[in-house]
Amino acid sequence: MTHTVIDVRNAVKQYGAGQSAIFALADVSIQIESGEYVAIMGPSGSGKSTLMNIMGALDNLTSGEYFLDGIEISSMDEDALSIVRGRKIGFIFQSFNLIPRTTAIANVELPLAYQGIKSAERKMRATKALEVVGLADRMDHEPTELSGGQQQRVAVARALATRPSLLLADEPTGALDSKSTHDLLDLFDQINAAGRTVVVITHENDVADRAKRIIRMRDGKIISDEINAKKAS
Amino acid sequence: MNLLEIIRFALRGLTINRMRTGLTTLGIMIGVMSVIILIAVGNGSAKQVQSSLDRLGTNSIQIRSGARGFGGGGFQSASRRNSASSAKQLTIADTKALMNPIDAADIKQVSPIMNANSTCVNGSSTSTPSTFSGVWPTYFEAANTKVVKGSYFNDDDVTQGRRVAVIGNTTATELFGSDNPVGQTVKCGGIPFTIIGTTEVKGSSGFQDGDSLFIAPITAIQNSITGYVGLSSIIVEAKSSKVTDAAQTEIQTILDARHGVTNANSRDYQTFNQASLLTTSASNSKVFTVLLGAVAAISLLVGGIGITNIMLVTVVERTREIGIRKAIGAPKRIILAQFLIEATILSLVGGLMGVLGGFIGSQFTILGVKPAIVPMSVFLAFGVSILIGVFFGGYPASRAASLRPIEALRHE
Ligand SMILES: Nc1ncnc2c1ncn2[C@@H]1O[C@H](COP(=O)(O)OP(=O)(O)OP(=O)(O)O)[C@@H](O)[C@H]1O
Ligand SMILES: [Mg+2]
Repeated sequence: MTHTVIDVRNAVKQYGAGQSAIFALADVSIQIESGEYVAIMGPSGSGKSTLMNIMGALDNLTSGEYFLDGIEISSMDEDALSIVRGRKIGFIFQSFNLIPRTTAIANVELPLAYQGIKSAERKMRATKALEVVGLADRMDHEPTELSGGQQQRVAVARALATRPSLLLADEPTGALDSKSTHDLLDLFDQINAAGRTVVVITHENDVADRAKRIIRMRDGKIISDEINAKKAS
Repeated sequence: MNLLEIIRFALRGLTINRMRTGLTTLGIMIGVMSVIILIAVGNGSAKQVQSSLDRLGTNSIQIRSGARGFGGGGFQSASRRNSASSAKQLTIADTKALMNPIDAADIKQVSPIMNANSTCVNGSSTSTPSTFSGVWPTYFEAANTKVVKGSYFNDDDVTQGRRVAVIGNTTATELFGSDNPVGQTVKCGGIPFTIIGTTEVKGSSGFQDGDSLFIAPITAIQNSITGYVGLSSIIVEAKSSKVTDAAQTEIQTILDARHGVTNANSRDYQTFNQASLLTTSASNSKVFTVLLGAVAAISLLVGGIGITNIMLVTVVERTREIGIRKAIGAPKRIILAQFLIEATILSLVGGLMGVLGGFIGSQFTILGVKPAIVPMSVFLAFGVSILIGVFFGGYPASRAASLRPIEALRHE
């Protein structure tokens, strides 16, 4: 039994006004069912990150509606939103967004702490998440002591530690070498195989190839939305 | 998430930004400390003025030449003598006229005072007493000045114009160190004087050292230093503190007649009794305290601006951090609690250190004043600093916590 996790209707996101107005999203509608694995592609500035931030309940729309698991996001209060962001969604940012001067493990523990999980279990789950991304030996390093790829993997571990039902990743492989990319994509496959919804933004075709559905954007609009022929089963 | 955990988060936040933590604490500490110390200094000097006035005795009246309206303060000096040159000056004859058991029934005794500015030399030591006066022996009782070592001079010394003197503790130390001054000779303005006694320690009265004192027979001073010009003042002792007002009226009646004064407003002399001295000095020291209080308030303000500045400078960094925390599911109230606890710890620690510093600093004598802490100033300084710290630590954080995560993340 699947249900619609993401339901974006006539989404418009406008920056600026009048002559200099930019439409980062110009009337976008998209539905994603539970258990789907979707890749979003498109040239730089086409509105991919903007759409992802909307899906992650991090930003709001100029007009249009966004239903997450059937609930309109703009109708939720602060507390409900923090629960959605903390438990339902795992978000991997294009720019990592780790807390500065805080160790890798503390960063990964943070979302668990906000859910009220006790220190011992938190430590255990964070350690496991870091092992999964291959950073078991870098747990006590601060972001400035990690390479870009390592920081990216800490961000992935942080998103996975809460075991979210929806994983949103904005160019998660941008800072990774081909080996790490391969490992991470295997991880996404596993997560998706366990029934969770995965949405990935990417520029790379071999990353998109892993997805079952590929959406292409340009100038704030969806220009194609098709089943990935190579993956279709 | 429980409170203990939030406090741990706050402590971690403070240890991460050591520089910010240190500077903020220091700013609060200096603000609180300076308020406490400065107000304590003002208060201490007010107390000293008060206690030295108390020691003066309550039944003495001073008469000075000069018309009313020259300030009327209690701190006039020898130079004032000549300010009313057109008017009649006070004379020895005036003084003697006040020793009339019928017309001046409430007056116990009187003494003329002849002030001078003179530097005394003993070998290589010098001293310029702030009070250098020629008087009659009656002065000592009227001015409540006691000789504790050696002796007073007497009427015969005055009649003969003997160059003997009684000196205060400060003058004695400056001239003779720890030696016994009694029996020794000093030269003041080139004239030799023999020291015959030293006075009881009086302490300083805010601006003036009561022990910087040189008292000699008036004739000796007039003969050798000032010449026979008008008197600086006359000191009168009333029979009791209850009759000082009556004594003052008698003085005015007698002197008005002698000076040909017909209208009280055109008197060429002024009288000060203890009551009026008390009010002038009290208001003088109140002005001093208010002045120091203003300086203290400014330093608290400057400290507050410093704290505000540090808090605001870090807001960009903190806003991004708040954005991240919100994006991974931190509820607004927990973010707020964390940042408020951080700000509270900072200002509490800084405030307590400031109070401690204030108490320690007030143990020392500052500008010749022994500070006396005003409890109110401690609470005020502490309270204000906590308010500033919590407000400027908490307000930007609460604004950031109300932003959408993406807005906070993009903050610059
Ligand atoms: N805060 C903002 N203010 C103004 N314009 C913005 C803002 N954020 C994004 N934009 C504009 O919106 C458009 C879409 O931006 P977005 O970040 O979604 O692009 P993207 O597809 O993720 O690009 P990239 O592949 O480079 O990450 C761009 O033209 C960008 O300039
Ligand atoms: Mg992007």
